[in-house]
Amino acid sequence: MISEPKTIIDIQDIVKIFQVGEVEVRALRGVSVAIEEGTYVAIMGPSGSGKSTMLNILGCLDRPTTGQYFLGGENVAQMDDDTLSAIRGKRLGFIFQSYNLIAQLTVIENIQVPLIYQGVNLKDYEQKCIELAELVGLQDRLDHRPTQLSGGQQQRVAIARSLVNDPLMILADEPTGNLDSKTGAEVLEIIDRLNKQGKTIVMVTHDDDIAQRADRVIRMKDGRVDEDEIRDRD
Amino acid sequence: MLTEAITHHPLFNTVKLGIKSLMLHKLRSGLTMLGMIFGVCSVIAMLAIGEGASHEAQERIKRLGSTNIIINSVKPPEEQDNNTSGRSFGITYGLTYDDASRLQFTIPNVTSVLPMRIIRDNVRFDRYQEPCQVIGTLPSYPTMQGINLVAGRFLSMIDDKHQRNVCVITAGLAHRLFPYQTPINSTIRIQNVYYQVVGLINETGTAEQRPQKGEMEGEPLDNNVYIPLSTVRSRFGETLVRRNAGSFSSETVELHQIIVKMKDTQSVIAAEKQINSLVRRFHEVNDFEIIVPLQLLREAEATKRMFNIVLGSIAAISLLVGGIGIMNIMLATVTERTREIGVRRALGAKKKDIVTQFLIETVVLSIGGGLIGVVLGVLVPLLVSVSTDMVTIVTPWSVGLAFGISGLTGIAFGIYPASQAAELDPIEALRHE
Repeated sequence: MISEPKTIIDIQDIVKIFQVGEVEVRALRGVSVAIEEGTYVAIMGPSGSGKSTMLNILGCLDRPTTGQYFLGGENVAQMDDDTLSAIRGKRLGFIFQSYNLIAQLTVIENIQVPLIYQGVNLKDYEQKCIELAELVGLQDRLDHRPTQLSGGQQQRVAIARSLVNDPLMILADEPTGNLDSKTGAEVLEIIDRLNKQGKTIVMVTHDDDIAQRADRVIRMKDGRVDEDEIRDRD
Repeated sequence: MLTEAITHHPLFNTVKLGIKSLMLHKLRSGLTMLGMIFGVCSVIAMLAIGEGASHEAQERIKRLGSTNIIINSVKPPEEQDNNTSGRSFGITYGLTYDDASRLQFTIPNVTSVLPMRIIRDNVRFDRYQEPCQVIGTLPSYPTMQGINLVAGRFLSMIDDKHQRNVCVITAGLAHRLFPYQTPINSTIRIQNVYYQVVGLINETGTAEQRPQKGEMEGEPLDNNVYIPLSTVRSRFGETLVRRNAGSFSSETVELHQIIVKMKDTQSVIAAEKQINSLVRRFHEVNDFEIIVPLQLLREAEATKRMFNIVLGSIAAISLLVGGIGIMNIMLATVTERTREIGVRRALGAKKKDIVTQFLIETVVLSIGGGLIGVVLGVLVPLLVSVSTDMVTIVTPWSVGLAFGISGLTGIAFGIYPASQAAELDPIEALRHE
């Protein structure tokens, strides 16, 4: 029954240098991390530690200056812009701190956004989108606009949206940063549940309590991995 | 099936999304469209009014016949009166029958020559009396002038040969003289001679055909009585005596007008010079004028072209202003929606998807404005022609042109904002507040 865990993320010796005016800023100074399928990873660290840069590279929003990044076996480190867009659309799910729903679209349409750019027939995915809305408990708000929803509800729409393309991994950037602790806990519950169903989660957070939920906590400092703790969850 | 295919096309969704985004700011989108609306509307309306005006002028010239050359007798300037004529109070001037036959036989490519005498008089029937023009002419008149018979027949060769007292009158005159009966075969009186009406024709008289322009203001333009030329010659003579208070004068004119019909339009311009030198050779004074309708038509066309160029530049400027307005708003929109662009890029949108999205919004704005402009542009000339007597003609090409340009303007002015949107760095865009 138990098969060998598959490595879906393998970054090797990643360096990222930003040119700010005349000054070179070394945001990442050689980071190597491998993440196995189904893992719940929390990335922590003080500001300036390089965790945001790390997340951007993991999310294929940015390219490392040097180093390799294998996502699901494909080296995406130096792909061109269009290919990276396609990779983001097909392989990754994003959850942002400020939800980032599109104001002029309804709940169901927001969930569909990643599908639009894959050129699929939206009609075929209608049922799936409704099921995802049910999964996050918003089945009776399909035609609401983001402004008509609370913060927690908006974040749940964002979670449903991040799942619509069956991603290899969900990247969450402080998903509860804008929520009160009660609704934040609800959102974290959903993320836990997804992880239990086998989804790989990579989450950036400041909060140690939230990091407790993860299988593995990577602490970063000065552009390097400072501590990589694999925890035993009960 | 087809509607399904359309509604599921990705472009359809993009257009729908574009409209949705624009509807989010109804006032702003509406104001932006105004530039396009006014641009397109003014192009169509101005062209329609211009077209109508020049159409009327051209119709009037065309009625004179594009292959015709018209030679009018003109009274020579006053101071030459005593020298030209032996008689003390009468003058002789103008075109002659000899001129007519010389024209017929010497000018190449002439198909026919139509001499005319035009005399102002009064026509009477029963107790009705109307001022009129008595026009002595030949049976070829209607064909040369392109005039249609309304009823009866026109004058015939036999009428001319036998100097018959028959006439053809214009429908307007018939209506005024015979309000209650059929004019055909009735008898009308001019001076003391009776003429039998044999036909009615439809004609709107043109100013160029009248000998003495000053005298007929305020009179109906189409009170014409057509009589065989030979009949006019024998009944009216060649000398017209006019009595004024305390004096009288006489004029002797053989023919008031000669219309020369050429084989085709190519020979018209050359023939004008030949006619001028031929007629001048036999006239001591400058007592005639030559009107070439074709030349007038060319001039009218040149004027219209000028007019169209001026209108075109005004239109281009207004559409340019509209386009700049659209670009301005789209640039503001791009800044305002930077976050949305970042999200879309993160969720898999390629640069070209973003370009398409913003370009479509611009095109929806400009084409939407263009459509409203077309509707208004068709309504405004209609309103003008209803409220004034001006003729307006909305030509399909002007609608197509204005609408097409509005669409192109949308694309031209949308490309820059759209590419600005696409070139945004997704990370920066996501961080944008």
